[in-house]
Amino acid sequence: MVAVRDVHYAIGGRELFKGLDLTVRRGSITAIMGPSGGGKTTLLRLLTGQIVADRGSVQVFGEEVAALPRRALYALRQRLGLLFQNGALLTDMDVFDNVAFPVREHADLAETLIRKLVLLKLQAVGLRGAAHLMPAELSGGMARRVALARAIVMDPEVLMYDEPFVGLDPISLGVILRLIKQMNTALGITSIVVSHDVQELATIADESYLILDGRIAAAGTPALLRDSDAPGVRQFMTGGAEGPVAFNYPARDYLSELLADGDE
Amino acid sequence: MSNGVRSNYVLDSLVRLGSVLLFLLRILGQCLPALARPALLMKQIYNSGARSLIIIMLSGLFVGMVLGLQGYDLLERFGSEQALGSAAALGLLRELAPVITALLFAGRAGTSLTSEIGLMRATDQLTAMEIMAVDPLRYVVAPRFLGGLIAMPLLTAIFNVIGLYGAHLVGVQLMGIDRGVFWSQTQGSVDLHDVKEGLVKSVVFGLACSLIAVHEGYHAEPTAEGVGLATTRTVVASSVLILLLDYALTAQFL
Repeated sequence: MVAVRDVHYAIGGRELFKGLDLTVRRGSITAIMGPSGGGKTTLLRLLTGQIVADRGSVQVFGEEVAALPRRALYALRQRLGLLFQNGALLTDMDVFDNVAFPVREHADLAETLIRKLVLLKLQAVGLRGAAHLMPAELSGGMARRVALARAIVMDPEVLMYDEPFVGLDPISLGVILRLIKQMNTALGITSIVVSHDVQELATIADESYLILDGRIAAAGTPALLRDSDAPGVRQFMTGGAEGPVAFNYPARDYLSELLADGDE
Repeated sequence: MSNGVRSNYVLDSLVRLGSVLLFLLRILGQCLPALARPALLMKQIYNSGARSLIIIMLSGLFVGMVLGLQGYDLLERFGSEQALGSAAALGLLRELAPVITALLFAGRAGTSLTSEIGLMRATDQLTAMEIMAVDPLRYVVAPRFLGGLIAMPLLTAIFNVIGLYGAHLVGVQLMGIDRGVFWSQTQGSVDLHDVKEGLVKSVVFGLACSLIAVHEGYHAEPTAEGVGLATTRTVVASSVLILLLDYALTAQFL
């Protein structure tokens, strides 16, 4: 379904990916983990054709994303869904119109049919009663659920989630987790979940990839990753500050900087 | 300024100009699809046009009244205060109405277009559209550009009418010029050429203001500071360009 081969990508002089390889099988839930700033969101941007890799191949549905002309890229995107971290709802329309937006843009359907479709999807995320609210009136978790309804309204074949668990209360988190699983089992949607919440991902993912230092450091089932002996993988899975993955941003010696004069 | 810096500056300006023109071509390519959705377009004409009405009408009234006072004072020195009607009408129609409307438009509607599109960029709304396979140029930019382009001549026409009424208010009601003389002078001196000059100016200014506003918004740095800077650039660039274009067009028409 999705194949990334030997991808190199640098941004602002920093090499983010140094030969990234990963495969997402049809109908699976694939977790992509890694520390913040490790390029997880960038990977989604590569998959959706927003940016182009410096080297290597990114294939979605067997098509080379970077080589697609604009029209073909837009056709490909209609088969994809992406859930943004902040929801990215259109602020000048209410919840109903937000969910209806892709349908109105791409399908020539009667308004009564659109209404049924939108209510169906809103019911799936438990927000049918909020259809009349404006995005500004929603909490963060609700906005993300509306965005999820919008992402699935066109019945995509692949659904990507960008940090879907960040900043959610335990109830919303449980709901989103269940929804991701449901989308996968009930609708057969291939899911790619980008996150650094190890525990949550372990409960739903069929396969996990851990990106460390621009490469896949580990791949396999969540259990396999948990039992890994590699120091970097173990550090990430157990949340240690010390290890091969640097927690501190590179800086000069702590003591000498503290003792130095301010006007230096 | 060293040669290197100067050539860099010239080069940067040319690159910028090129990017604006390319952006215009891309928008023009999306104008037909945008025209096919009258509801979106109407909303933008309302936002840029109807919402600017109060400021345009108020300014028009005062500009007309000042024109009445100054014109009367000047013309009286030559004993030809009867010509106030034609002086006010020609001044408004050919110069003041298009220019001041455009300047006010840049400040009122241009800034709101830039900050709206810039904030949509900053909150990932434009990216979300791209991912949903909806071209933001077609859905967001083209209707706003066309809305501004259509609103500007309409606002200019309203400015003209209110401005002339302002001049009439001062000249006739306050200074006592004969009403019939005021209007017959106006009618006699204004011909289609003058109307055309004002109309062409307002269309050109509308194009320039709308283009700068949507370009700056679309390319704004997606941060609070970036959107603020883009909004400022919209006002500064629009104002300078309006006055520059005004000179060029006036020279062309005379």
